[in-house]
Amino acid sequence: MASVMTQPDTFTIAGRELRSRLIVGTGKYRTNEEMVRAIEASGAEVVTVAVRRVDLDRTKEEGILYHLDPSKIALLPNTAGCYNAEDAIRYARLGRAAGMSDWIKLEVIGDERTLLPDTAATLEAAKVLVAEGFKVLAYTNEDVITALRLEDLGCAAVMPLASPIGSGLGLVNPYYVREIKTRLSVPVIVDAGVGTASDACVTMEQGVDGILMNTAIAQAKDAVRMARAMRLAVEAGREAYLAGRMPKREVAVPSSPTRGMLA
Amino acid sequence: MIMPEPTIAITINGSTRQVAPGLTIPELLESLGLDFRLVVVEHNRAILERARLPEVEVKPGDNLEVVHFVGGG
Repeated sequence: MASVMTQPDTFTIAGRELRSRLIVGTGKYRTNEEMVRAIEASGAEVVTVAVRRVDLDRTKEEGILYHLDPSKIALLPNTAGCYNAEDAIRYARLGRAAGMSDWIKLEVIGDERTLLPDTAATLEAAKVLVAEGFKVLAYTNEDVITALRLEDLGCAAVMPLASPIGSGLGLVNPYYVREIKTRLSVPVIVDAGVGTASDACVTMEQGVDGILMNTAIAQAKDAVRMARAMRLAVEAGREAYLAGRMPKREVAVPSSPTRGMLA
Repeated sequence: MIMPEPTIAITINGSTRQVAPGLTIPELLESLGLDFRLVVVEHNRAILERARLPEVEVKPGDNLEVVHFVGGG
């Protein structure tokens, strides 16, 4: 028997060893119950959360901590919705003050239509947050230079997109994502754009360390079932990457012997 | 004749509210139906550590942001 799974295939972000290569978001679910079940089905050990004002007129509305147990699942607060470094830093500090984690998913958006990152502002915010001791997981585009600079600044992970947030377009630029993975030492997590299980599989086949996704699971008709599909796809893609695929050829090569055919 | 209780005006999450003077932050949050252990408070743009909340009394004109974690990606 070959060495399949003799050693657990783990990776480490900021000193924390993770078995699951799937990180999931907690937004856009139809119900909290569905969210909880989907997270469970995904096998994720880390989930993202957003920081928002408490709605004072509807104080019965529950924060997400009523549904998630931070002792069982690590919370990764995000700076979603921030369009400049100052706001992102403010949200990051608020997220840390909740006392769950010094990890932050840094996201500084530059454009409303595409939700593409403002890379200059992301670098600016990353520098400040790293200096303040945050473990920064930085959302960025698939630009190799920005990825290298985020690593140089001390980010704990660099997270290039597959395609725009919430688009479900899948991995549009496998070459650049592969190049980022080749060039960086810190974990590379593809964040945003995965639409279905095959997208997740192809993304993992590029050799990246993991995938972060939200909408693809939350907005599937059956979110719990899609969460399971994503878990399997991430595992399958990872295994295929480690296995090493056969070379592509432009001509067919028969799989059965050409000798021994009947006369 | 009963005099009305004096109140002070503060801003919480962008809207002005009249509250009793001398309230500490946990007392204020409790009056709003909130558990101070589940929220983070920014007081005049400075984040208050949770352990310090009982030491801080709200003053007229204070600007408070009360935030928590919600679903997000």
